[in-house]
Amino acid sequence: MKLKSNVAISDSGFVFDANTGESYSLNPIGIEILNELKQSKITEDLFAYLNNKYEVAEFTLEQNLMDFLSQLKQYGIIDE
Amino acid sequence: MKTKITIAITGLNNTDNPGPGVPVIRGIRESEAFDARIIGLAYENLEPGIYIPGIIDKTYQIPYPSAGSDELMQRIFQIHELEHIDVLIPNFDAELFTFIIGKERLAEKGIRTFLPTLQQFEEREKTNLPEYGEKYKIKVPNSKAITSYHDINNLRQEFDYPLLVKGKFYDAYLAYNPEQVINHFNKISAKWGLPVIIQEFVKGTEVNVIALGDGNGNTIGAVPMRKQYITDKGKAWGGITVSDQKMLDITTKLISETKWRGGMELEMIKTSQGDYYLIEINPRIPAWVYLAIGAGQNMPEALVQMALGKEVKPFTKYDIGKMFIRYSWDMIGDISQFEQLSINGELEL
Repeated sequence: MKLKSNVAISDSGFVFDANTGESYSLNPIGIEILNELKQSKITEDLFAYLNNKYEVAEFTLEQNLMDFLSQLKQYGIIDE
Repeated sequence: MKTKITIAITGLNNTDNPGPGVPVIRGIRESEAFDARIIGLAYENLEPGIYIPGIIDKTYQIPYPSAGSDELMQRIFQIHELEHIDVLIPNFDAELFTFIIGKERLAEKGIRTFLPTLQQFEEREKTNLPEYGEKYKIKVPNSKAITSYHDINNLRQEFDYPLLVKGKFYDAYLAYNPEQVINHFNKISAKWGLPVIIQEFVKGTEVNVIALGDGNGNTIGAVPMRKQYITDKGKAWGGITVSDQKMLDITTKLISETKWRGGMELEMIKTSQGDYYLIEINPRIPAWVYLAIGAGQNMPEALVQMALGKEVKPFTKYDIGKMFIRYSWDMIGDISQFEQLSINGELEL
């Protein structure tokens, strides 16, 4: 999956979808994930990246990551 | 050097149901090409645009088109004798018919316009939307013009509730049952006359395009906007320019096929499946035109250039992510201003 080309993220975590005019705010982890998604990634790679970087229970990380990615898909911010 | 020019403009009602007059004037005032004397044409004494400092040089009262087309035209000619109007920009749907059929008479007197043809104007009327969609291969919601209560009882055969009840010029209300349709029918028909239009309600995001056609099939400008803040009258109180290529494609195709002449606004619904339904075409510059100007396309200026017979190069870009936010602002006027307009039918601030 990959961030759509019409979506811009600022350093502050403000996301603007130029195609729909919608905007969103991200927390620091969200910014990090979306920055990772500027290059095409599979879920497993993202999971491994976050799991290595942060001290977190794998189950919690998996659940939160899946929730977040499904939100991004629902809002049309990322492509499959 | 700027060209000195006199431009007469209607639609000065900057209310919660705003006319395009004031933003059109702002575009002309900001033009590098024109040094304009702006003549405001007002139907009502309290149209706010009349009283805003720096907008209008002189305002004249004019009679409503419903008082008779000839009366309106005679008043325009009377004002023309005093002001030598070069270009007239009408901004109300309800007056356009009069000016379209009268444009040769205006031209004979030296008053230039840049309006759609009568055929272009009539075929996009709300009552003709299904045929329009079929002719130009654009998805449109099912619509039907009704003229009596009797028609309301039969709506269930063709429409699911909720549905939209619309006036032929302005106003649209959502109705969830026949009783609400009757209420809206009464309100709308009293204000705008018959027919009243019943339209299928398409769920999605409302997106609009402002565009300008040169009358030869070329799109001179087009800017898509998504409404961000909508009033209870359905008017955009805030909006943002978006990069919607599909909307731009629909717009340029439509202008190319219809050879649209003048300003227009396409109102569309984008569904969650990504389909676009055309719900209305307004045959004039919309009230949110200042957003297009702010995004880099001064369409009022381009329209005046074309009215003067000058060749205008199409705009090739606009800024994405430009926003407009309307606001209300209390001005202090004086009863003497109101008196001048009421008694003399004219006012110079």
